[in-house]
Amino acid sequence: MDVAVSISNLRIEVAYGGADIVDGINLTIAPGEVLGLVGESGSGKTTVGLAVLGHARRGVKLAGGEVTIGDASMLSLGDVALRHARGKLVSYVPQDPSTALNPALRIHKQLIEVLEFHNFGGSDAARKARVIEVMSEVLLPSTPEFLRRYPHQLSGGQQQRVGLAMAFACRPSVIVLDEPTTGLDVSTQAHVLTTIRELCHAHRVAALYVTHDLAVVANLADKVAVMYAGRIVEQGPAQELFDDPAHPYTRHLIAAAPDMSTDHEMVGLSGRAPAPGRRPVGCAFALRCELAVDACRAEFPAETEVAPGRLVRCIRPFEVPQRTQHMSAHSAPIAASATHALLVRDVCASYTRHQVVHNIDLHVDRGECLALVGESGSGKTTLSRSIGGLHREWTGEILLGSERLAQSARDRTTAQRLRIQYVFQNPYSSLQPRRTVGESVARPLIIGGSSKTDAARKVGEMLERVALTASYANRFPDQLSGGERQRVAIARALVSRPEVLVCDEVTSALDVLVQASIVELLGELRRDLGLAMLFVTHNLPLVASIADQVAVLADGKIVESGPTERVLRFPEAEYTKRLIADTPQISELPER
Amino acid sequence: MSKNRGVLLFIARRLALGIFTMFVVSLVVFTATQLLPSDPAQAILGRNATATSIAALREKLGLQHTAFYQYTHWLKGIVSGDPGVSFNAQQPILDYIGDRVVNSLFLLVLASVISIPLSLWLGGYTARKRDSTFDNVTSNSMLALASLPEFVVGIILVLLFSVRVWHVLPAVSTIGIGQGPWSDMKGMILPTATLVIGAVPYISRIVRASMIEVLESDYVEMARLKGAPEKVVLWRHALPNALGPVFQVIALNIAYFAAGVIVVEALFNYPGIGLTLRDSVRVRDIPVIQFLVMVLAAVYVMTNLAADVATVLVTPRLRTRMQ
Amino acid sequence: MKAINDAIAPEVESRRPPGVMSVALGMWRTRIGLLIVGILCVIALFGRYISPYGEADAVGLPFKPSDETRLHSWLGSANVGHDVWSRFLYGGRPILISAVLATALALVFGTTIGLIAAYNRRKLDDVLMRAMDVVLALPQIITALIVISMFGATTTLIILTVGISTVPRIARVVRGAAVSVVERDFVAAAESLGESRFRILQSELLPNVSGPLLVEANLRLTFSIGLIAGIAFLGFTADPGAANWGLMINENRKGLLPNHWGVTLPVIAIALLTIGTGLIGDGLSRAAAGIDRSKGDA
Repeated sequence: MDVAVSISNLRIEVAYGGADIVDGINLTIAPGEVLGLVGESGSGKTTVGLAVLGHARRGVKLAGGEVTIGDASMLSLGDVALRHARGKLVSYVPQDPSTALNPALRIHKQLIEVLEFHNFGGSDAARKARVIEVMSEVLLPSTPEFLRRYPHQLSGGQQQRVGLAMAFACRPSVIVLDEPTTGLDVSTQAHVLTTIRELCHAHRVAALYVTHDLAVVANLADKVAVMYAGRIVEQGPAQELFDDPAHPYTRHLIAAAPDMSTDHEMVGLSGRAPAPGRRPVGCAFALRCELAVDACRAEFPAETEVAPGRLVRCIRPFEVPQRTQHMSAHSAPIAASATHALLVRDVCASYTRHQVVHNIDLHVDRGECLALVGESGSGKTTLSRSIGGLHREWTGEILLGSERLAQSARDRTTAQRLRIQYVFQNPYSSLQPRRTVGESVARPLIIGGSSKTDAARKVGEMLERVALTASYANRFPDQLSGGERQRVAIARALVSRPEVLVCDEVTSALDVLVQASIVELLGELRRDLGLAMLFVTHNLPLVASIADQVAVLADGKIVESGPTERVLRFPEAEYTKRLIADTPQISELPER
Repeated sequence: MSKNRGVLLFIARRLALGIFTMFVVSLVVFTATQLLPSDPAQAILGRNATATSIAALREKLGLQHTAFYQYTHWLKGIVSGDPGVSFNAQQPILDYIGDRVVNSLFLLVLASVISIPLSLWLGGYTARKRDSTFDNVTSNSMLALASLPEFVVGIILVLLFSVRVWHVLPAVSTIGIGQGPWSDMKGMILPTATLVIGAVPYISRIVRASMIEVLESDYVEMARLKGAPEKVVLWRHALPNALGPVFQVIALNIAYFAAGVIVVEALFNYPGIGLTLRDSVRVRDIPVIQFLVMVLAAVYVMTNLAADVATVLVTPRLRTRMQ
Repeated sequence: MKAINDAIAPEVESRRPPGVMSVALGMWRTRIGLLIVGILCVIALFGRYISPYGEADAVGLPFKPSDETRLHSWLGSANVGHDVWSRFLYGGRPILISAVLATALALVFGTTIGLIAAYNRRKLDDVLMRAMDVVLALPQIITALIVISMFGATTTLIILTVGISTVPRIARVVRGAAVSVVERDFVAAAESLGESRFRILQSELLPNVSGPLLVEANLRLTFSIGLIAGIAFLGFTADPGAANWGLMINENRKGLLPNHWGVTLPVIAIALLTIGTGLIGDGLSRAAAGIDRSKGDA
C-alpha cells in the first residue's frame, strides 16, 4: 500500500525524569487519507501530532521511534534539513489561529514567507500567483485589500482558513491538524471541515486530524486511532470502528458522546486517566474497565489485528459488559401548577447600551428542563445571567413563582437569591481556590441562616447526593478533577434546595466521558428534587439527552421553541434546520 | 488620510492627558510649597533681619499677593520661559541653572546610550539562552545588583576605583563653571557607571521576561513549524512583537535616571540639576525647587507619553483599532 | 510541565493549595535571604545594647584608624571622633523601622485602593487610577525632597511621604492581579448569593492576589530601605547628631583615606540588607510564578 507518513514505536518523554508521555505509537496514513487521532485532554494526542513535524514543546523530549515521510526520517534530520521539511513536506494547522498567526504581520506576508522559505515556484511572480491560488482554494478572497489585513481584522473562521492556506501553500504531502475547529461555531466548523476534506482528497494530502470530538472524526476521517493515557488502544477504518468498537474505552467514548437521536442515552464513566509517571504496569484503562481481569493489570496487551485493518490493544475485544438499565431522562413534568416556576416575559437586555437580547418570553415548570440553545453571540449567556441577577441591564419581567425579581441579585431578597441558583460554565473558575469544598458548599446555607453544625450535616448529605463522598468537604478545589469540581459546584447550587437551577454551558469545559456523567447526574437530580432547570448550551446534540423543551436563540431572538423531539426531528425555522444540518453526528455518517 | 486621523487623535488625547497631569503636578507642587511653615523672606534673611528688610523682600518676592495670583503668575512665568528668580543665588533661575541642565543632560544621555542597548542585549540574550549557565549567573548577579540603592553602588565604585583598591579614577567630578562636562571625561566614568549599574539589572530583567513571553508564543512556534530560518524567527516574528515593551523599557530607563541623578550627582559632587535640587532643598530656595521639580516631572511624563505613542505606532492591533 | 503537575495526584486528606510563602521557603535563595535579613535586623534593632560606647561618645580625633584613637576603638573613629563600631550598631534602627512602617502603610492603602478599583471597574476605577498616575508622575525621591523642603526632615514625615508615594505602585499591582480574579466565576457566584461588597473584596479577591501582593510588598520594602537610606545620605535626617547608616556614609566620605570603616561598614550593611530582601522577593516571585503556571495548566 502507498504510504505518505508512517510512525513506528514513537516514544516521547518528560524532559527531566524520563516518564513517558506517549509510548508505542504506530500509525500509517496513505496519500489523500484522513486519520482521526482521538483522545481526551492529556492523552498525548497533540504531542504525537507535533512529533510528526519533528517538534517537541519545552519540557518534552522525543525519546525514541521513527516518523518517516517519503524518505525523510523526521526525528533524525539535522536542523537545516528539518527546517526544509517543515512547511514543505509536512505542515501544521494550529488549534487557535488567533494566537498562532503573528499579530504584527499582514496575512500576505505570513503566506508568502512559507513559499519563500522553501523557494516554492522559483520566482516571486510564481509565489504571488500561488498565494492568490491557495486563497481561493480555502475559499477566501484574494484581493490585495484583503491580503493586506492583519490577523485581528479577520473573523475566527477566516483566521483558520488563513491557517489552512499557510499549511497547503507548498503542497505538502502530510498535514497535521490540531483541533482546528475548536472555538468555531458549528456552521463555520462545517464549512472549514468541508474545505479540509476536499483539499486533502483533491491534492492527495495525508492528514493527521487531532481532536477530542468523535462526531467530527466520524464525519471527516477515513481511519481513526483512539488514544488513552499516552497509548493507542484501538485503530481501524472509521465506519467499522464506530459501528462496532472493539476496545471497551472506545465503546465508552461512543456511548458518552451526545447525539441528536432522542433514543440515545449518554452514559458517563467515573474516574480519570492516569498521568505520565503514574501509569500502571498493565493496561491503563483497567482501573476503570468493567471487563478488567488480572491479566489486564499484569501486562499491557500487544497490538493485535482483530479484523482486517483493525488493531486493538485489549485481551477482551468486542466484549460488551452487562449494563444496568438507565432510566429515561424524559419524564412528564410534575403535576402542573397554576404558576410557572420561572417565567420570563418580554425581556430585553443590553450590553453597554447595545441591545443583545430582544423581547424574550419563556417559562419553565417544576421538574421540567428547558434548553436554551444558541451559538456564541446569540445572547444566551446574557439572558441567563439576567435571570440569575448577574447582569443588570435588562427590562421586562422575570417572575420566580409569583414574585417579580429585581434586576440585580443584590436587590433581590435572600430567599429569592437562594430559590434560584446558577451553575457556571467553567468549574476551574467557579470555586474559590483558597477555600475548602465544605466552606464553599456551606455558604448558601450560612447566608440562609443555618447553624454551622446543621450546615455541615447538609453539606455532607449533598456531596453524597452528587456522587462524591462527605470527606470531600475537607478538600481544596485543586485536589479535584474537572468533573469533581463541577459536581461540587452543582452541590453548592442545590444545597439550599432551590426551585430553579440555571446551568450555563456546564459541560463545555469537560471531557466527553465526564460530560456524560454530569448530564446523567443533572437528569437524576431534576427528577428527584422536582427542579425547574434552564440548561443553556451551544451543543445541540446534548439537548436531546437532557431537555423536555427547547428554545433556539439567534441574534438575541427566539427563532423556534417547542418539545425537544419535535424541534430536533421536524425543525420549522430555517436557522434551526441549518444548525441541525451543520452539526456533525456519529449516528449519521455521511455518504462517501 | 482617515487612517492617520485616528492615530493623530490618539496622540492629541494622550498629549492632553500629559498636559493635564503636568497641570495637576504644578498645582500640587505649588500648594505644597505654599504650606511652608516659615516665611520664605524670613528664611532667606535669617533671624537677625529687620522687619523692614523682610517686608521689602516679601514685596520683591510677590508674597503679598493672593495665593491664586501667585500661582497663575508663576505658571505663566514657567510656560513663557521665565520661571523667576532664585532666592539664594539672587539671579534669574534660567541663568543660574542653565549650565547645570546641560551637565545633567550630558550625564543622562551618556548613561542612556550605554544602558539601553546593554539592557536590551542582555535581556534578549538571556531570554534566548534561558536556563543556560550564562543565564543563571547573570540573573543571579542582576538580582543582587538590582536590589542595591544607587548611592551604595556609587560608594562601592569609589572604594574600588579611586580610594582604596585601585587609584585610577577621580572620586569627585571637577567640572568648572562654563566648561562643558566633556572637558573631564575621566570624571564622567564613575557617575555614568553608577547610573548604568543601577538601571541595567532592573531593566534587563524586564526585557528578559517580555522576550521570553514572545519567544514562547504560539506564533513563534508556528513560524518554526513553517520552516522559518532561526534568523527570520527572531527578526521578523519575535522582534516586532517585542518592540512595544522595548519602548516602555526605554521610557522606564530615562524615568529611572531622572530620579537617579539626584543621589548620583550628590555623591560625585557633579554640578547638575540633581545636586542643585538637593542644595536648594537645604536652603529652601522655593522658586528653584518648584522649577526643577517641574522639569523632572516633565521629563518623566513626556518620556512615558512618547513611549505610549511609539508602542501604538508599532503595534498593528492597537494602531488599526484607532482607524 | 503539565505532566509533572498531574503526577501529584489527589491524596485523600485535605491539602491546602501550597501558598506562595511555603513554596518560597523551600528555595535556597529565600532561606539565604531570610538569614541575611534576620542577622541584620538583629544588629539594627538590638546592636545598641552591646555597643561599647554611646552614639554620641567621642573616642578621639576624627577619622583616626583603630591604633590612633584616644580610647580603645575597634574600627577607629568617625567624622566627629565617634566610635565607628558603636555608631554602626546604633545606626540601623531608624532606617529599618522607618522602611518597615512606610511599607506597611503603603500596603494597607495600596491594597485597599487596588481591590476597590479592580472590583468596581467603571468610573471609580478610572478616577482612582488617574489619581494614582498623578502621584506616579513624580519619582519618589523628588516627592520626598518637596515634603522635606516644606516641613523639614522629621521621622514621621519621611515615613508618611515614602509610604504614601508607594501607595500607587502597590495599588497598580494589586489592581492588575485582581482584575483577572474579578472575572472568575466564583466572584459571580458570591454576587449571586448577595454577599456584601466588603466580604467579596476581603474573602474572594484578597486571598487570590496574595502571591503578587507578597512579591510586591517585598520589592517595595527593598526600595523603601534604599530610599530612606538615600534621603539620609543626602543629609536629611530628623536628628543630624543621631547615628544612621545612610548619614554615616555621607559624613565619613571625607575620611575614606585615613579610616574607611565609617563608610565601608554601613555600605556593606545596606547592601546586604537590600540583597537579602531582594533574594526573598525573588524566591517569592518564583514561587508565585510557579503557582500561577500550574493553575493555567489545570
